Amino acid sequence: MRAALLVTCINDAVFPDTGKAVVRLLSRLGVDVEFPSGQTCCAQPMVNTGYLDEAVPVVRSFVDAFAGYDAIVAPSGSCAGSVRHQHGIVARRSDDAALAAAVAETSARVYELSEFLVDVLGVDDVGAYFPHAVTYHPTCHSLRMLDVGDRPMRLLRAVRGLRLTELPAAEECCGFGGTFAVKNADTSVAMGADKVRHVRETGAEVLVAGDNSCLMHIGGMLSRQRSGVRVLHLAEVLASTEGR
Amino acid sequence: MSATFVGMPAFPDAARSALADSQLRGNLAHATSTIRGKRAQVVGEVSEWEELRLAGAAIKDNTLHHLDEHLLRLERSLTERGATVHWARDAAEACAIVAGIAQQHGVDEVVKVKSMATQEIELNEFLAEQGIAAWETDLAELIVQLGDDLPSHILVPAIHRNRAEIREIFRAKMPGAPDDLTDNPADLAAAARLHLRQKFLSARMAVSGANFAVADTGTLMVVESEGNGRMCLTLPDILVSVVGIEKVVPSWDDLDVFLQLLPRSSTGERMNPYTSTWTGVTPGDGPQEMHVVLLDNGRTRALADEVGRQALRCIRCSACLNVCPVYERTGGHAYGSVYPGPIGAILNPLLRGVGHDKQLDSLPYASSLCGACFEACPVRIDFPEVLVHLRSKVVDAHRGRAERGVRCTLRAERPVRLGRAPKPEAVAMKAASWALRDAGRLGRLERLAGAAGRLLARVLRRSAPGGRRVLGSLPGPGARWTTARDVPAPPTESFREWWQREGGRS
Repeated sequence: MRAALLVTCINDAVFPDTGKAVVRLLSRLGVDVEFPSGQTCCAQPMVNTGYLDEAVPVVRSFVDAFAGYDAIVAPSGSCAGSVRHQHGIVARRSDDAALAAAVAETSARVYELSEFLVDVLGVDDVGAYFPHAVTYHPTCHSLRMLDVGDRPMRLLRAVRGLRLTELPAAEECCGFGGTFAVKNADTSVAMGADKVRHVRETGAEVLVAGDNSCLMHIGGMLSRQRSGVRVLHLAEVLASTEGR
Repeated sequence: MSATFVGMPAFPDAARSALADSQLRGNLAHATSTIRGKRAQVVGEVSEWEELRLAGAAIKDNTLHHLDEHLLRLERSLTERGATVHWARDAAEACAIVAGIAQQHGVDEVVKVKSMATQEIELNEFLAEQGIAAWETDLAELIVQLGDDLPSHILVPAIHRNRAEIREIFRAKMPGAPDDLTDNPADLAAAARLHLRQKFLSARMAVSGANFAVADTGTLMVVESEGNGRMCLTLPDILVSVVGIEKVVPSWDDLDVFLQLLPRSSTGERMNPYTSTWTGVTPGDGPQEMHVVLLDNGRTRALADEVGRQALRCIRCSACLNVCPVYERTGGHAYGSVYPGPIGAILNPLLRGVGHDKQLDSLPYASSLCGACFEACPVRIDFPEVLVHLRSKVVDAHRGRAERGVRCTLRAERPVRLGRAPKPEAVAMKAASWALRDAGRLGRLERLAGAAGRLLARVLRRSAPGGRRVLGSLPGPGARWTTARDVPAPPTESFREWWQREGGRS
């Protein structure tokens, strides 16, 4: 199986440790993932803000970069969801039948990390060790766009040393929402404040999620409040062996 | 009667004022979480809920595809049963028709059944200008009307008020309210009953909407909780019903689906307490003169939008409002319309068009696209899809191009162009599109960010738990991020650079 890492632009540029963790984790599970160097972004920031024409060349470069892989693995529910649900919209906008066909081909091969681990590799226990008190926020797009269900929780429960506490109102949006976070900053922060309050109620040391975009928002507030709670991508927890 | 949504600021500004009102946020959080819990329980009882949703969506879609035929059939059935059918292109025509009927009969007061269509066309305000008093008889609508307030929820228009506030409104504005009125809900309801009873008995004309209009038989239906609607529908001599054209269903059989979907989604009840149906005039029983005003007011515009038309499936249950994390925090007034929340964020721009009004253009952006509304919607309106679609229409309208509709005519306009005065956002998106269409360009930008990251690593003192350096403030538009959120400093090396350096080996 030829597997490609869709690292996502935010992880590439802002959270490279998440990408490295995916490489380490998959390699430990026997998958030598490749990094197609032509990749940039899934175009979601443009699509979700309404700039479809601007998204067309980005989607074009996406399908070029990922052509020919059996599986495309993304450490992001939001970016995987965007590829699956929005690339078709962008292709229709382009009126380019070849692009539409290429989009249909690549979209079907994209997996969010927990989907790839549980459904394709068939593992719950990835052999991780992470001796910390953790709570988990299911991000909206992984939950409601991709329907990943309890896959991330199954993976986390199998991590040795990890103490998992349930997050109150876990399924409620954190308020990030892409450009929503700045276009409607006050509402975004009001939603984030409630999420942060719930995270702090759990007493967890680490908040884990499958999307660094949401974690940048929640973590930004946790950091501003000097809460002492750390945010960490699911991939980094699953890759962790903490010296073992 | 001075309260109006006209001139409301765009959503972000209206939301800011609402967010500052802690009483409002408390009232809303309490009310929406209560209704959410009730809905979740009664929806959970129905094993075939997903099949019912699919059926509801399919009935509405099929009807909308042949809307003209069903409406003409409805008109025939209604006319055969002795009702008079009027067609209204817009709010002004609909209001004039209702006022004309009242004036014809020398009526100067009407009682009203709770109705979104009449709120939408601002009928009460128009009637008041004509010297006709319209009395809301739904308890929550009465609270809004007496308080000279605006509705903030479709089902519970006074959801932003708590019982202490309601007592004050009744004591100050409701004739005959006892001085020692308490804020006990039973006492408040009893006072309203006394007040309304006089209206029911004296009014000669009633105005209603309809939840459903059955084309086969010409039957209109109203579902409600209080029974006040039924008083209006049976006591007066003249009944005028203002019905949006999307309310038509082909047959009684279709109601089987909707009468299961609506109460469970709306009030969180298995069945609503009052379901009233009426089929034309019955001599000697109930209203002896019946009028039905079939209202377009933008619905055909929405119908012409291939993606947006699914919003016309809406049965006004409010489930999307109750589960919306944005609505829960801002309340309904911030949406500047009688249709607030997720449905308002799509329905208002669809009914009225985009590109000509800042407030309307702001509505499709009043969502984090979390998808909770889609999940709750009993007729499966894909809100995130429609919101993103409408955002593209807003952007396109500001490119100076016509609203997209006929694709072939737009081929010539394919190159990315900005309007005459591009917004900073449009410039940013164009720049992002340029950088992100080529990995080489992105890589060069990341190397620049890496240099900044190395510099900042020496300068920045603050770090988040785990050791990541953070910035506490950003200049320009970034300041809107950092008012309440730190931002991670750029890493010294992008993933791409690491991969190249390590040859892809961790």
